[in-house]
Amino acid sequence: MTQTLLKIRDVSKRFGGLQALNGVGITIERGQIYGLIGPNGAGKTTFFNVITGLYQPDTGSFELDGKPYSPSAPHEVAKAGIARTFQNIRLFGEMTVLENVMVGCHVRTKQNVFGAVFRHKAARDEEAAIRAKSQQLLDFVGIGQFAKRTARHLSYGDQRRLEIARALATDPQLLALDEPAAGMNATEKLGLRELLVKIQAEGKTILLIEHDVKLMMGLCNRITVLDYGKPIAEGVPADVQKNPAVIEAYLGAGH
Amino acid sequence: MAFMTFDMKRNPQQARISLLALLALMIIFPMIAQHFGNSWVRIMDMALLYIMLALGLNVVVGFAGLLDLGYIAFYAIGAYTAGLLASPQFAAVIESFVNTYPDVGNFLVWLYGPQIVQNGIHLSLWLIVPISGVLAAIFGALLGAPTLKLRGDYLAIVTLGFGEIIRIFMNNLNAPVNITNGPQGINLIDPIRVFGVSLAGEPGSGSMVKVFGMSLPSVNAYYYLFLVLCIFVIFFSVRLQDSRLGRAWVAIREDEIAAKAMGINTRNVKLLAFAMGASFGGVAGAMFGAFQGFVSPESFSLTESIAVLAMVVLGGIGHIPGVVLGGVILAALPEVLRHVVEPLQMAIFGRVWIDAEVLRQLLYGLAMVVIMLTRPAGLWPSPRHEDRPEVDHTKVGTTGEVKA
Repeated sequence: MTQTLLKIRDVSKRFGGLQALNGVGITIERGQIYGLIGPNGAGKTTFFNVITGLYQPDTGSFELDGKPYSPSAPHEVAKAGIARTFQNIRLFGEMTVLENVMVGCHVRTKQNVFGAVFRHKAARDEEAAIRAKSQQLLDFVGIGQFAKRTARHLSYGDQRRLEIARALATDPQLLALDEPAAGMNATEKLGLRELLVKIQAEGKTILLIEHDVKLMMGLCNRITVLDYGKPIAEGVPADVQKNPAVIEAYLGAGH
Repeated sequence: MAFMTFDMKRNPQQARISLLALLALMIIFPMIAQHFGNSWVRIMDMALLYIMLALGLNVVVGFAGLLDLGYIAFYAIGAYTAGLLASPQFAAVIESFVNTYPDVGNFLVWLYGPQIVQNGIHLSLWLIVPISGVLAAIFGALLGAPTLKLRGDYLAIVTLGFGEIIRIFMNNLNAPVNITNGPQGINLIDPIRVFGVSLAGEPGSGSMVKVFGMSLPSVNAYYYLFLVLCIFVIFFSVRLQDSRLGRAWVAIREDEIAAKAMGINTRNVKLLAFAMGASFGGVAGAMFGAFQGFVSPESFSLTESIAVLAMVVLGGIGHIPGVVLGGVILAALPEVLRHVVEPLQMAIFGRVWIDAEVLRQLLYGLAMVVIMLTRPAGLWPSPRHEDRPEVDHTKVGTTGEVKA
């Protein structure tokens, strides 16, 4: 277990004429909450998609926990230990809340057709363990009482929590959250902040894209700022806040 | 239908009783129906085969959400497996090789020996079922592999194409070497033998099968065999649905990108769906071949694929009891119609205004349209395990209140 959890260097991605990412890199230490901010269209979600295997980068080096990993396929990335949530929530709408989290357990379990049909002891034990762990995670994020509800019937804020619970079920080393506070009011954001601090206290490392600057400044240990696909600042929140390039590109007047 | 429920999650006691009652009904059905002639039991035999097909397709379309329009190809593969491995056809195959490619032919003669060269291969039920299942599963994976990156309409068209390709292959593999006997099909397929008893009955006994000192008509014997197989298929489906793999399938159906992000190897899981679904179809096909004694490419047309898909959709896509219901209705109803409708028209009008076949197609189409308009989820969709009832936002009262 190295101290540096994620080391990404020099990621570039071009979509035809648009250079979406240009030499982006970040270094995240274990146990940090690391923020990624920037105006809309800066390339934050693209960067997420690259490091989690949804897009293939043109260039870049990727290292997780000291070992290089190839972000070639999303399921390999999940297996390696990066779990993500999505900007516009991607739940399994027709499944129950509990089942959504149980799917998250898929990557760390192994029963297949034989176990499904014959339900021998090992298979039954694994199913029971999956169920218990999923309920535990639902309680952890605060929606344990909705376990049997159909996922798409949850309120918006609870759907976001469910997505986080599902990502945690994959036992990740790095939890990558894409705008988890989007669409939330101030109270809900406070609740989310508490949850993220709780997750950090459990020893998880978090990479966070967000627009709510106040939330980010109070929560993150370090921040990288992207603008038009290029990193324009990196450092502790207090320094980033004062950086004139950042103020000009993103924070605007009044901050 | 409050007294009869199959929902194990909500009411396990009631569900078990209902299942036992249904099983009892299914067991005594032939004994009652045979008083009205063989045809009713024969109809149920075919219906049971279609139920197996519908359940197999339900794995692909219902669980994994992969729209397969060429599913009947696996039925064909199972049927032709029975045709080649349980009939004199293989002898004709070898003979054809000997005539056209003597080297290969002679090698085959040496390999299989004079007995097979003379009479063909005649394997028993216990081998035919697993072989046809496994072979169909392999083809399922093969036909599924090129479709993995396709979605929706494109997937449907490609699978439709594959279904047609299999049928055309079966139709044309009689030259240069005769493997499937082309449009003429393969006949003289062995009836099923279970523990030495042939289910077609002893010769000269009028198709009566003697077992445990009782004698029952051949169609009844096949009925019980198909019922047992059907129960197995239902059992497999239920077990698969409620498992890690079943959840992975539904995850892919709901949101493939999220499924990938959660560590599901969607390529392998989809291939498994194709393979498992195909294997049910293959087993059903082998049974069809043995039951009918004859297979030809005409039985495996696109219309059949669509009929099986209609059973799944009409019954309740993804819901196993619904799929069984859809299978029974769409397999048995046309046959029942045929028996009833023409005499009925004769009795009422003195002449037959509408052919049974035409009426069948009319009602089929009408049923599909009505179902899509009124109950798109199917006649018997998955029950909602909701602890909060659906709020119908269209029921707004005059005060502007929304009534739940």
